[in-house]
Amino acid sequence: MDKNFAARRRRDLVIAAVLAALAALAPLFVKDVYVQNILILTLMYAALSQSWNILSGYCGQISLGHALYFGIGAYTTELLFTKFGVLPWFGMLGGGVIAALIAMGLGYPFFRLRGHYFVIATIVIAEIGLLLFQNWEWAGAAMGITIPVRGDSWLKFQFMRSKLPYFYFALVLCCLAWFVTWWLEDSKWGFWWRAVKDNPEAAESLGVVVFNSKMGAAAVSAFLVAIGGAFYAQFLAYIDPESVMGFQFSLLMALPAVLGGIGTLWGPVLGAAILIPMTELTRSYIGGSGRGVDLIVYGTLIVLISLALPQGLVSLFSRAKSKGATR
Amino acid sequence: MTAQAIIQSLASGLLMGLLYGLIAVGLALIFGLMDVVNFAHGEFLMIAMYVSFFLFAFFAIDPLLSAPLVAAALFVFGAVVYLLIVRFAMRAKANAGMVQIFSTFGLAIVMRGLAQFFFTPDYRSIPQSWLGGKTISFAGVFLPEPQLIGALVSILAFAGLYFFIHRTDFGRALEATREDPGAVALVGIDKNRVFALGWGLGAALVGLAGAIMASFFYIYPDVGASFALIAYVTVALGGFGSVFGAFAGGIIVGLVEATTALVLPPSLKSVGIYAVYLLVVFIRPRGLFGQM
Repeated sequence: MDKNFAARRRRDLVIAAVLAALAALAPLFVKDVYVQNILILTLMYAALSQSWNILSGYCGQISLGHALYFGIGAYTTELLFTKFGVLPWFGMLGGGVIAALIAMGLGYPFFRLRGHYFVIATIVIAEIGLLLFQNWEWAGAAMGITIPVRGDSWLKFQFMRSKLPYFYFALVLCCLAWFVTWWLEDSKWGFWWRAVKDNPEAAESLGVVVFNSKMGAAAVSAFLVAIGGAFYAQFLAYIDPESVMGFQFSLLMALPAVLGGIGTLWGPVLGAAILIPMTELTRSYIGGSGRGVDLIVYGTLIVLISLALPQGLVSLFSRAKSKGATR
Repeated sequence: MTAQAIIQSLASGLLMGLLYGLIAVGLALIFGLMDVVNFAHGEFLMIAMYVSFFLFAFFAIDPLLSAPLVAAALFVFGAVVYLLIVRFAMRAKANAGMVQIFSTFGLAIVMRGLAQFFFTPDYRSIPQSWLGGKTISFAGVFLPEPQLIGALVSILAFAGLYFFIHRTDFGRALEATREDPGAVALVGIDKNRVFALGWGLGAALVGLAGAIMASFFYIYPDVGASFALIAYVTVALGGFGSVFGAFAGGIIVGLVEATTALVLPPSLKSVGIYAVYLLVVFIRPRGLFGQM
């Protein structure tokens, strides 16, 4: 069993390296800007969902308020950049640290809540954040912030002529989130989280410090999501509260993991690879009419997958494999 | 700020609060019965408002008169949603909570899409109803009639619901199923039927609220989203599953919202509700009247 686990982890690492290498070559074949855009968003949501999965999947604390951390990453970066001329790289790290601190500060009261009470508290806190930013004059209120053009450079993390640098950053972020998850899976934390998810009382009695392990998951998860927010702000070159802190981001972070397989290493990547291109394509080909057909398709898919495959699409792979093994 | 202004805003807060209670009670009822949160609850409200609108537009039936029809339509709709979706969501062996959240969430997105498709994203309103735009004044306090009637309907609905749960056979079956769904089967109660009727009843109640709101609120495909979060907060504040909690929670939410609007800019009025909600659940993680 133990040997199998170690072998599986080595195999996962090899598969990830191959996939990342293939993804890195994709721009050689994809010249179309529209398609590049979809690839960038897919990688970004894969990274976000992977980060969300740490708290909600592995540790079992379902958050529908991660848009708050996404927005904090975006706003910290852009406020520091536009008001004080601080390079986005520092803003990105600063945003991540602030988000992690807020996540722990909120975790203190929130982790006493169970089930639906926790989910609703996370929605509510993100909504409070959104309302506050919409009314915060200094931060541009509802009008938001337009990020001034300072030329194409990695130093300023701005690229006007090509989308490729954004693509590579998103790829690195996605690999980072995946690697952190991979690494945590086999750490003391990873085992604690799964114990907390399955049965917090039993875990506590076996010596797991439940509260601290939830705090750890919240901090790591919020930090990575805030980095994603900082990236998104630079990528869009314009932010306003609704477009970086709206509820839809909380949902878009959760859905890939749910569709792919919540609490699994590959679920978020697989889910994002299917969901994000589908969302973008339905939006541009049938959503343009404004008649909501894209929503109908999208919603139906969510209902069907959650009912038919409660363990996500990755369960199809393991099912196929276990069938093969018994033969 | 005069005492008059304070009384005025508390009075409108109370009326709105009673309506919030009526919007939320269906959610509380369904949760109490089967531990399921319907994340499409706001969209149920939206559908009810459209039904009321079209009954007015095509048959010139006033929202006040059509309210029972809307409630009946929503009853059928709620039962169908249970039979087609929720029944299967409850069978999930793994990630049960997740499946419930996302299957009803997916439904909400589909309903919004369908509303956009069939009714277009336009804002609609019922231009002249019996009550629309009229106000009554009591000792210098002006109360809009639609909200006043809405508050009365809400009180009647809660009284009716109380009677129904405690005095009728179906109400007793509902209570029994909520206590032990396995054991009721032994005395010949069909669990699925009770659940379907519970969903119907929950939807009918939000239908009633939607019919009343149609006379003074804009109707558009996303309208449910703005009330859904308030409904969740109301239910969580009162305690999931507690019908009385939804009533009390609604009144608190209405009053807090009105008070916040007195001190903070109107765009921040929801912040007060959310802050009070967080405060209450931090002190009492089960809400005010929730059972363990």
